[in-house]
Amino acid sequence: MSTTVIEDVTLAERAYRIRRNALLMGEVQGQGYIGQALDIADVLAVSYFGAMNYRAAEPDWEDRDRFLLSNGHYAIALYAALFEAGILPEEELETYGSDDSRLPMSGMASYTPGMEMSGGSLGQGLTIAVGRCLGLKRKGSKSFVYTLFSDGELDEGAVWEGLLSAAHWKLDNLIAMVDVNNQQADGPSTQIMAFEPLVPKLEAFGWYVQRVNGNDIGAVKEAFDNARNLKEPKPRIIVCDTKMGCGVPFLEQREKNHFIRVDAHEWKLALEALDETFAGSKA
Amino acid sequence: MNSVVDKKPRLKTSAMIASIAGEGQVTRSAPFGHALAALARTKTNIIGMTADLGKYTDLHIFAKEFPERYYQMGMAEQLLMGAAAGFAHEGAQPFVTTYAVFATRRAYDFIHQTIAEDNLDVKIVCALPGLTTGYGPSHQAAEDLALMRAMPNMTVIDPCDALEIEQMVPAISAHKGPVYARLLRGNVPAVLDEYNYQFELGKAKMLRGGNDVLIISSGIMTMRALETAKALESDKVDVAVLHVPTIKPLDTETIIREARRTGRMVVVAENHTVIGGLGEAVATTLMRAGVSCTFKQVALPDEFLDAGALPTLHDRYGISTNVMATNIKQWLA
Repeated sequence: MSTTVIEDVTLAERAYRIRRNALLMGEVQGQGYIGQALDIADVLAVSYFGAMNYRAAEPDWEDRDRFLLSNGHYAIALYAALFEAGILPEEELETYGSDDSRLPMSGMASYTPGMEMSGGSLGQGLTIAVGRCLGLKRKGSKSFVYTLFSDGELDEGAVWEGLLSAAHWKLDNLIAMVDVNNQQADGPSTQIMAFEPLVPKLEAFGWYVQRVNGNDIGAVKEAFDNARNLKEPKPRIIVCDTKMGCGVPFLEQREKNHFIRVDAHEWKLALEALDETFAGSKA
Repeated sequence: MNSVVDKKPRLKTSAMIASIAGEGQVTRSAPFGHALAALARTKTNIIGMTADLGKYTDLHIFAKEFPERYYQMGMAEQLLMGAAAGFAHEGAQPFVTTYAVFATRRAYDFIHQTIAEDNLDVKIVCALPGLTTGYGPSHQAAEDLALMRAMPNMTVIDPCDALEIEQMVPAISAHKGPVYARLLRGNVPAVLDEYNYQFELGKAKMLRGGNDVLIISSGIMTMRALETAKALESDKVDVAVLHVPTIKPLDTETIIREARRTGRMVVVAENHTVIGGLGEAVATTLMRAGVSCTFKQVALPDEFLDAGALPTLHDRYGISTNVMATNIKQWLA
C-alpha cells in the first residue's frame, strides 16, 4: 500500500502507462531492452502501486521499502515505473540513454533517484539485498527490500550464494522476484543452462516460493500480498513467467527479442497496438 | 620403505598461521583485532564481516567482544562484498576480512561494482599479503596491489608492522570511502615504535637518511629495508629508507623530492610482483616529473611462486634482508 496520495487508478492502467513510457524511451534510443520492459510492466505496477511504501518527493526516505534492480539492463522498465510513480520528473523521459542524462541504459545508483544499485554486471542484486536486509534489521527497521532479477542471472553463482545466505539469516524482510521470460543473450534460458524445476530448487534452499503468470496482474498482486504477509522467518520469492514484448503483439512475435531493434515508423505502430490491447482488455 | 622422517631433514612448508617475525623480534599479538575492538567501543556503526576466515584474520577478537556485530558470511567472497555494500547503504561501516587473494581476485568485480563505484564506506582488510605463506599460488597475493590500484575511488594501504596496523585502523575508519588494506596477523613484528612513527593516510615518511641509496618501500619490505640499511653500515654504504604505506593515493611530492637528490641510487622494495605495484607507481611518478636516477626493483618475479618454507622462498626471490643487501652492493659496484 503506497503512502503517497494517488488517484483512483487501477493497477492495469498503471501497467499500461508504464509500458507506454517504456516505448517512448525506446523510441528515443531506436533500440534496446524493450521486450523486457513490456514483459515486466505488470510486476513493476504491482511493486510501485500495490506493494511498496515510499515517498515520491523523498526518494531517500529512511522508512521506504527499497527496490533493487539486479538486472541493470531493465533500467528502461524501472525508469518507466519511476516516471509513473512521480519519482522521476516527466521532462527527463526524452533524455533516456543520451549524453549527460541521469537515465543511462544501464542503471546507475550514484546519480539516478530511485535507482538503488548499479546492476549492469548481473548476478549481484541478491548479495547486496542480503546486506541491506541485515542492515535494516540491525536498525530495527520494518522496511522490506524488493529485488528483481532475471532468469539468465540464475546462471551466476553469486545468485545462489545470495539464496543460501538469505535463508540462513532468515531474512523475512526480503522479497525477490525472478523474471522468467526464457530469453537471454545467446538464446532461450532453459536451453543455455537448464534451471527447471525451479520451484523445488528454491524451496529446498529454504525460501517461501510462489510461481505466477507474471502478466496476470491480479495473480501478481495476490502473490505480492502473500509474500509480504507471510509470518514465517524465511525470505520470499515470486517466480514470474512472463512474455517478452507483452502488450504489443508484433513485438511478442519478434524472434530476435533480447535486444530489440525497432524501425522508426514501428514505434508509432507499437504505441497504437498497445493502446488497442489495453482498450480491448477493459472491454 | 617404513618411514621417510629419518632421512635428511628439510625445512617444512610454512603454514598459514606462521608468523612473519624473525627470531628474537619484538612482536605484538593480533594488532588488527585488538585495534578494531577498541575502536568499535566508541564507533557503534562498525561491524565485522568475513568469509570463513575470522580466526585467520584476527577478526575473532572483535567477534568475541561484539558477537552481535560480527557477521560470518560463509566461504562466499562475492556475497561478502555485495553484502558489505548493502550494509554500507544502510549506515554501517563494515570491516571486511578474508585473504588478499580471495578479495582481490575472486571478488574483484563485486568490489568494483557494488562498493567502489558508489564510493561506499567499506574497509577491506586482508591477510597473507604478497609472499607471506609457503602454501602456494592459491594463497600468495602477488598482484593484489596492482589490481586494487587500478580501481577508481579505492585507497590502498600496505602497512609495515604492529604499530602501523594499530594506527591504521582508526585512520581508515575516519576516511570516508572504500579502503583496501593488507594485514599481518598473529604475532606481528613491532619495528616502528623506536622511530617515533605516526601513520598518516596518504603520507610517505623518511625513517632514516642516507647519501648512497634511497630504498622506497612498503609493508614488510620496510622492515627488511631498515635491516638492510643497518647491515650495509659495516660496508660503508649509507642507506636512506622512505616508507610508503599508502600505495594509493601515492605521496608523489615526497617521492619526487627525495628521488631528485642527486647521487643516490633508488631501490623500490615491495612484497609484490614487479608488475603494477609500488615499483611501477614510483617509476611512472619519476618519469612524469622528469626525474632521472639509477632505478632498481626488489620485488617478486612475474611467475607463479613456489611452495615451501618462507625463509627459503624469500631468499630465492630476493626479498630477504641478506639477498637484498647483497644485491644492493652488487648494483653499486
